[in-house]
Amino acid sequence: MAKILQQPGSSSTITRAPSSGEFLGDSIFRAVAYSCAMLIILLVAFILWQIGKEAMPAVGEHGLGFWTGTTWDVNKGQFGVLPEIWGTLYSSLLALMLGGIFGISIAIFLTQDFIHDRLATVFRTVVELLAAIPSVVYGLWGIYVLIPLIRPVAQWLHEHFSWFPPFGTDLSGPGMAPAALVLAIMILPTVAAISVDAFRRIPYKVKEAAYGMGTTKWEAILKVMLPTASSGILAALVLGFGRALGETMALAMLIGNSNQISLSLFSPANTLASLLASSFPEAGPVEVQALMYAALVLLLITFIVNVVGLGVQQYTMRKFEGK
Amino acid sequence: MSDVDLTASAMEPDFERPNLERQLLEGRAIKNNVLTGLTWIVAIIASIPLLSVIYMLLVRGGSRLFGADFAEVLTGLPPAGFEMGGGIGPAIVGTLVMVAIAAVISVPFGILAAIHLAMLDPHSKTATMARFLAKVLTGFPSILAGVFIYAVIVISFGYSALAGGIALAVLMLPTVVLAAEEAIKQVPQRMKDAAFGMGCTRTQVIWKVVLPTGLPGILTGVMLAIAGAAGESAPLLFTALFSNYYLSELMEPTASLSILIYNFSGMPFENQIELAWTASLVLVLIVLVFNILARLVGQPKV
Repeated sequence: MAKILQQPGSSSTITRAPSSGEFLGDSIFRAVAYSCAMLIILLVAFILWQIGKEAMPAVGEHGLGFWTGTTWDVNKGQFGVLPEIWGTLYSSLLALMLGGIFGISIAIFLTQDFIHDRLATVFRTVVELLAAIPSVVYGLWGIYVLIPLIRPVAQWLHEHFSWFPPFGTDLSGPGMAPAALVLAIMILPTVAAISVDAFRRIPYKVKEAAYGMGTTKWEAILKVMLPTASSGILAALVLGFGRALGETMALAMLIGNSNQISLSLFSPANTLASLLASSFPEAGPVEVQALMYAALVLLLITFIVNVVGLGVQQYTMRKFEGK
Repeated sequence: MSDVDLTASAMEPDFERPNLERQLLEGRAIKNNVLTGLTWIVAIIASIPLLSVIYMLLVRGGSRLFGADFAEVLTGLPPAGFEMGGGIGPAIVGTLVMVAIAAVISVPFGILAAIHLAMLDPHSKTATMARFLAKVLTGFPSILAGVFIYAVIVISFGYSALAGGIALAVLMLPTVVLAAEEAIKQVPQRMKDAAFGMGCTRTQVIWKVVLPTGLPGILTGVMLAIAGAAGESAPLLFTALFSNYYLSELMEPTASLSILIYNFSGMPFENQIELAWTASLVLVLIVLVFNILARLVGQPKV
């Protein structure tokens, strides 16, 4: 009998049922894996609790006035983040408009049979490399390439269209326009990747049906593919927006870190993340509390945006796969 | 001769044929071609920033790195003020050490969590919640990881390489978890069923079948997470801070390439700005190496 259980060619291992020790090891291992999964939940809770706890003194002191205050003065003890909230939303929206249009176009370009597979791989690599370049490198590139490049354009626009609020001031160096442009480049890969997913999820027969009705390629894209992929594209935009809200280093280097609320594209501004980056290293204890409050504000805004984006994305997946 | 008239068989239909040919100058065709052209232009414009960044890195960063004094650049200490020469040695070592700390912490936890999410209990409330929060964490502003670690570690223990590494680990963890979960799910169900059918415990199935088969995918995720962490700077700003010297222990302020670039980019000295470009080139090369590794190890074995 034992001979049958023996593996051919080996005399040392005998097939047998797991021993009780192995069953014990199994339960222990599963418990460890379970606690690691719990760790993710606990980590998020701990992050919220820890930042909340550190911000509490400032929350108690400044209350809701912190959201609407416009000065950040350590000596007077006045702290308000309205200019930062404005700068964060304004720069992210500008970046989203530009990065969104480009990202979705590139997703269409890559998925709707415009180019040969090999060329598509080249462009896909380009988009992936755009995502791989670190934020500080974009900041450095922005300072020494982008700002000198757009300054003459900004000057011309300001001279001829200064009645139009976005061109109301001149670009003297860092400002909203270079920051938003770099931000757009940085969120383009996110938007493109999630939109590509959305287009890929559409069954091929949908497109065949459209062609069968005699549509041109672009009629099929605009009237059939885009509406079908719309919820996935919405998720891409919301998640790209979330990326833009939290982006730090490139903005800290390019936006000028000046506390003002302006519609002008060429005046310096500030964002929540770059306020944290530029003030935290030298802050005293009172300012650290206020900065923790600012971090809490950023956390809440990005958390909400990300949860909405993921919700839309999961709704999309269920729509195509759930049936 | 013949009583069959071949020409007569081409009977004219009794309805008017729709014209199926598309005229080049027809409105719909023009619109189609214009939009196709625009898409090409958009795709090409989108590649310009990348080409420009690569060009600047090679020209401005490469002049020092591929020059005669490359040994000094790679090993020397950062120069002060008007000093000439100098290098980025401590920053290279600091970045590698902190990324290693982050990987040592996040990879085991991440893979174990992924095993739970993908294999052990994929549909439980805990798993659904953990998966969702991991996705939320991937969109989490990286500077908040710095703020969090500042509150937890730096306030009581001071700036250190360890704090910087843990901050990076917080950012790597969700990437590792989600990528490893995907890789584990790709393991064919029949392989698991075969192992279960032989009487294996779940742990044995995981260690002997699932992990070896899913390894390329898991490693790809790990490499991509490492590449991302190496390029991060915001979480290091006030956890690892910066230092002009090589690190001698893990509990002291530590230099990193990204913070060096940030510090030097705003300086009015040409030497520092050149070093910032050189550091950028080195950083991008490190990130690229891990990206390429991710593709190489990702070749599926099955």
